[in-house]
Amino acid sequence: MRYILIVTFVSILFSSYEKEIQTLLILAEAGDTIHLGEGNFSIKGSLSMEGKENIVISGNGMNKSILSFKGQIEGAEGLLISNSKNITLVDFTIQDTKGDAIKTKDVKGITFRRVKAEWTDGPNPENGAYGLYPVLCENVLIEYSIAIGASDAGIYVGQSKNIIVRNSEAFHNVAGIEIENSINVDVYDNYAHHNTGGILIFDLPDLVQKEGEFIRVYNNRSEFNNLDNFAPEGNIVGNVPAGTGIMILAAKNVEIFENQIIENKTVGTAIVSYFITEEPVTDSLYNPYTSSISIHDNVYKRSKQFPDLGHKIGQLLFAKFWRDVPEIVFDGMPDPQFIDDKGNILDGYNLCIQNNVGAEFVNLEIDKHFEHWYSPFITKFSQDISPFNCQLPPISTNILTAQ
Amino acid sequence: MVFINICIIWLFSSPLDYAKPTLSEFGFFKEPLKLQKPTNGVFPYSVASQLFSNYAEKRRFIKIPDGKKLTTNMDGSFTYPTGSVLIKTFYYPDKFNEPEIGQQIIETRLLIKTQNDWVALPYVWNETQTDAVLEIAGDRLPVHWIDKNDNLIEIEYSVPNMNQCKGCHVHYNEFKPLGPKLKNLNFSYNYINGSANQIEKWVELGLLEANPLFSELPQSINYEDPHSGPVDARARAWLDVNCANCHQLGGPAETSGLFLEFEQLNPKALGIMKPPIAAGRGTGNHKYTIVPGNPEKSIMVYRINSTDPGIMMPELGRKLIHEEGLALIRQWIKEMNP
Repeated sequence: MRYILIVTFVSILFSSYEKEIQTLLILAEAGDTIHLGEGNFSIKGSLSMEGKENIVISGNGMNKSILSFKGQIEGAEGLLISNSKNITLVDFTIQDTKGDAIKTKDVKGITFRRVKAEWTDGPNPENGAYGLYPVLCENVLIEYSIAIGASDAGIYVGQSKNIIVRNSEAFHNVAGIEIENSINVDVYDNYAHHNTGGILIFDLPDLVQKEGEFIRVYNNRSEFNNLDNFAPEGNIVGNVPAGTGIMILAAKNVEIFENQIIENKTVGTAIVSYFITEEPVTDSLYNPYTSSISIHDNVYKRSKQFPDLGHKIGQLLFAKFWRDVPEIVFDGMPDPQFIDDKGNILDGYNLCIQNNVGAEFVNLEIDKHFEHWYSPFITKFSQDISPFNCQLPPISTNILTAQ
Repeated sequence: MVFINICIIWLFSSPLDYAKPTLSEFGFFKEPLKLQKPTNGVFPYSVASQLFSNYAEKRRFIKIPDGKKLTTNMDGSFTYPTGSVLIKTFYYPDKFNEPEIGQQIIETRLLIKTQNDWVALPYVWNETQTDAVLEIAGDRLPVHWIDKNDNLIEIEYSVPNMNQCKGCHVHYNEFKPLGPKLKNLNFSYNYINGSANQIEKWVELGLLEANPLFSELPQSINYEDPHSGPVDARARAWLDVNCANCHQLGGPAETSGLFLEFEQLNPKALGIMKPPIAAGRGTGNHKYTIVPGNPEKSIMVYRINSTDPGIMMPELGRKLIHEEGLALIRQWIKEMNP
């Protein structure tokens, strides 16, 4: 136990507030709460915390403690937390970062509660990629939080395990909520609206954590996600058509139920393989297909309107259905390893669609008609839902964090 | 505008147990400190292939506790006895073409080996260059110099904070020194009493335990030296030292799936026709990290050619573009067979 006297020289390049908070983040001891104080604080460089346990970073409220990174001169994110355990972020806002707003990597036990990440100039490709961004984390809880304006995903959980995203809101992002290569996930009671895509469940190749599965998406509202896609080209979410309610890409064991999927102009729920990206798969450990997907008891509503004609899916659907496109779209690319000699999908690995309200269905049957995902431009689809009229056992996500 | 901010922090136990408020108190250098003349037991060294640090020049020193030695690991790194210190000073000659007329020392970073871990401590030099003070939260300060083309360069120099040090040094959540490895040290250094191979010299000085590995020592390629290897090898050496500390399995950028260590063989992991994962606007509207034959369509080139914090790579510690490194990477990609 001792005192240390720290004398710091503070210049206009480095505000005393920024230096003080960064110092607290470095010196924090287990059990500490770091108070951000009340006000709108200008921060010029990334804040970071590393190798800590049992720390709370707390503001006085989303609209009272605002860290603004407008004019940020260094660092690829606003707040970076890595290699830590049991960290809670609560009651503050991170604004206008050059890169991601809050990134947490390698944290076991990370809670975002009443945290807002936003870009204040509206949807813009110059905005940072991710708002709330836990990656390679375990036991993630995001609740009562808000993400606005991310040029990729507002709330993005990647390569993580045991995740709850609930009671949160995402709008004006390319993707509202995105779950990528993650295991044991519950996404519920959220409101994703006015994004390009509301909720995305993706599995991508060439990553450290290979497979995402055991994912439930329920009781969410995914509405009016018709924003033009403003992701910089090259990003995977750039493949999402404007007007997407929920998209499942190459994921396994996903249950989508009791959601309100309203007025998304191109597709209410899409179930697609990685081949939608038209990228070759070179990762031998990666499975590009969807399997064991259950879509049930959701409510769909969609007025007659043009789908996204700037996107190939929108064009395909429009060519066949004009302004009255179906709500549930399957690309018809089941995992070949689960198909028997007669061409049927094995029990338990199917796509099952039941008890949805207001949901027309289309199977693009890409595997039967197209060499590649989109070509040739023939619109010979099947609307026969009977092969998919089945039930899968409810997914038990077995999340340990429920707090 | 500069003013002084004083705070008192109450500590139970902390990395600062190993810290001293000023650099002079460690006694690594004789007075005047700015000449960086090491005291007994502190030895200068250099590394073959260097991390770009905004054209700052660096001086490196090592101190091993009396009677103790480094031992060599199979991968060519070392195991350090507790109390070992690695010292690195960053400075700019006022004029790069006339280094003798004066210089500005910016910072000295210490890595101190503790019982279980390493502690990274940044010391920032005062204006009169008499001493440097500990700045655990790092610092930002204006720095200027006349470069080798006689241009005035002015930057807001960033001294990393203690966490940012870990941003590069942490591998599988363990802190590791980066420069001192057999292959990086295996060349001749001009000591006061004549030049000698650094490994041999360290053994002779009793800093390093001799090891059978030394009979066939590998040698790092110096990417700056066109004679040290073909473009491919030099480009890979540049990526290895500038990128791979983060971009490797267990490194802070492992989430990207882009692995750039010299030994990497998988073309996709190296970025060839690899779509980005979480690049955001770092893509520059390009689809792949590397498009063989086409550097201007390669995200890698776009990002090392930027100084925007939301785009540039490396994402820390860089205010300027490393023109020579950029040219090397461009040439490497251009010469790749599509």
